[in-house]
Amino acid sequence: MFINMSEINIVDAPPGIEGSGFFATSIDKVIGLARSNSLWPLPFATSCCGIEFMATMGSHYDLGRFGAERLSFSPRQADVLMVMGTIAKKMAPVLKQVYIQMAEPRWVMAVGACASSGGIFDTYSVLQGIDEVIPVDVYVPGCPPRPEAILDGFQRIQDLVKNESGRRRNSDYYKELLGQYGIK
Amino acid sequence: MEETTLNNNINVKLTEKFGEKVTAVSEPYGLLTFVTYKDVIVNVLSHLKEELKFNFLTDITAVHYPGKDHGIAVVYHLHNMVEKVRIRIKVFISEQNPTIPTATTVWKGANWMERETYDLFGVKFEGHPDLRRILNMDDLGVHPMLKQYPLEDPNRVDKKDEFFGR
Amino acid sequence: MNHNHPVFTDNDPQSELVTLNLGPTHPATHGVFQNVLQLDGERIVSGVSTIGYIHRAFEKIAEHRPFYQITPLTDRLNYCSSPINNMGWHMTVEKLLNIQMPKRVDYLRVIIMELSRIADHIICNTIIGQDTGATTTFLYLFQFREHIYEIFEEVCGARLTTNIGRIGGFERDFNDIAFAKIDKFLKEFPKALKEFENLLTRNRIFIDRTAGVAEVTQEKALEYSWTGPLLRATGVDYDVRISDPYSSYQDFDFEVPVGTSGDIYDRYLVRNEEMWQSVRIIEQAVVKLKTEPKGIFHADVPEFYLPPKQEVYNNMEALIYHFKIVMGEIDAPKAEVYHAVEGGNGELGFYLINDGGRTPYRLHFRRPSFINYQMFAPMSEGMLLSDAIINMSSMNIIAGELDA
Repeated sequence: MFINMSEINIVDAPPGIEGSGFFATSIDKVIGLARSNSLWPLPFATSCCGIEFMATMGSHYDLGRFGAERLSFSPRQADVLMVMGTIAKKMAPVLKQVYIQMAEPRWVMAVGACASSGGIFDTYSVLQGIDEVIPVDVYVPGCPPRPEAILDGFQRIQDLVKNESGRRRNSDYYKELLGQYGIK
Repeated sequence: MEETTLNNNINVKLTEKFGEKVTAVSEPYGLLTFVTYKDVIVNVLSHLKEELKFNFLTDITAVHYPGKDHGIAVVYHLHNMVEKVRIRIKVFISEQNPTIPTATTVWKGANWMERETYDLFGVKFEGHPDLRRILNMDDLGVHPMLKQYPLEDPNRVDKKDEFFGR
Repeated sequence: MNHNHPVFTDNDPQSELVTLNLGPTHPATHGVFQNVLQLDGERIVSGVSTIGYIHRAFEKIAEHRPFYQITPLTDRLNYCSSPINNMGWHMTVEKLLNIQMPKRVDYLRVIIMELSRIADHIICNTIIGQDTGATTTFLYLFQFREHIYEIFEEVCGARLTTNIGRIGGFERDFNDIAFAKIDKFLKEFPKALKEFENLLTRNRIFIDRTAGVAEVTQEKALEYSWTGPLLRATGVDYDVRISDPYSSYQDFDFEVPVGTSGDIYDRYLVRNEEMWQSVRIIEQAVVKLKTEPKGIFHADVPEFYLPPKQEVYNNMEALIYHFKIVMGEIDAPKAEVYHAVEGGNGELGFYLINDGGRTPYRLHFRRPSFINYQMFAPMSEGMLLSDAIINMSSMNIIAGELDA
């Protein structure tokens, strides 16, 4: 099977000034481009959505082609926290601990109805959405969401990463947002 | 038909040994069910295990009947794999003092089953090696499966009644 | 031994115990349960298991839902093989209501249940492979889980949490595309399974890591109420499909594989052979279906099975039945029933007490993963840490079934 190189899509370069031997653009755009195509996810898989995530990582719906081939189970080395599955109130402190241990910049994706809002489990023991304990960037609805939906959510995270300003993490707005959750 | 004669035999053998401590014998859907009392339950279980060859403990659970005199029923399901017979034993205990001797002396597998029953219903198993909550958090304070406790978390502030038709 | 107070291995002042938190979040996506282990070097001295990190209170929810709304709840018990849970629940209610199922429905149910058993065992065996270092097998066989998902999608519309079937049969007949997919699966899967076996079964490294590790005697397994492939690996041939046949399993000719020593290699082999036997059962079911009259996909019980919409709009009786079924006001006997099916991990039991209301009075799930897992902490004393990890993955603990 001979693959013609011109059929393969490579990421577009950001707008900038080009010359022989140099390319000038804003640093935010270059860093955003590099980060968004090499995100290391932390799969926080608790239940059924975790199995759909395993299907997304498999060969049929490959997540690796978006740059997320290397899963990191250590929060210190991860970029995206993908929370997949129901979070019970017993698990909420553990989730918060994992989020606090992640280094900036970090993004959070709530996969599934249970992580987004408690799902079908409106009971005394289930946390009604992880945004009660940590700030969330992208919500992927579904019970469980199809792998295509998880990939779509991942691409939304990539858009957020690509367009993020370098100053956001130190801004007052962000500090106030984390303050609402009790995170310094 | 064969099932009913097998059940009959077991019934006869049990009433021989335990007399009036074995009551309310019935066979819903072919499964022999009887009621016994908490002071003989361990003897009944070990008799069933050793003599009548019910060597497998399928499950231990509880049911709450509020308003009844002895409101919590602890239900044991046993299984005789060789002769393919199942049996169900119920013990009624009072809600105010829900204690019953443990079955872990007869089967070690009763350990977590009894912890789950304690966690959800508050049934205290005397003699259990490690009776503490297993599924809920330790500081939950209540035993949630009892009928007086609601399903939903009463502390939710974001549920507006008019959206839920209340 | 009291698991809260570990014991020093010897009086050597040099030996110190390390506390390792094999915490709720750990790699290889096994599920959320915690083991706090005391280690002496690499050897485990004692361990305490903590579960409940995904307790969703299924039994309490079930007391507030009519019978047909409990099916999506049962999906989420053992979510790797949800059709078996769904069918088990439907059979429990059918036992309560004394409904006899036509043979064709039974055979269709058998096909779906065996497909989901294959899906469950694929996950377990490939994860054992991955934990010993062989990631390739995971990727190879997961393709076939996609094929099984396609068959489920053709029948009920969903991949994973299927909510398949209804009390009284199925919601629609299997169309030709579904049968074509089943035939295609039956042709391609044996080759892939053979390839998987060639990679792992006689692999020196795999055998060194799994044979002789975590042996369990039959008496100990029965003491701890083990069921399923774990119990069969120790040598006890207890299978609910043979012992209390349901859904016409007695019409099928299949064997129940049994191991000898209960170690991890035996568990792997038992599950592997069960996949071959499941393929055999599905082939027989497809042949038997050809002799049954076409078009029957539910029992003829209008009081319990929703009538077709055309009749609901035109026929008074059908309208009344539809209303009563959806409102939950069906005439179910006030009785208690226990029904067990052979899930992927063992005997999945449903204990239902009905008091004549719209919802069950009490529903209890006898969950095999919960009961199998209690032996993990006592069993891991004296084992090396890496052996304990593979032991945990070979027990196939599904967190949804553990906590319910």
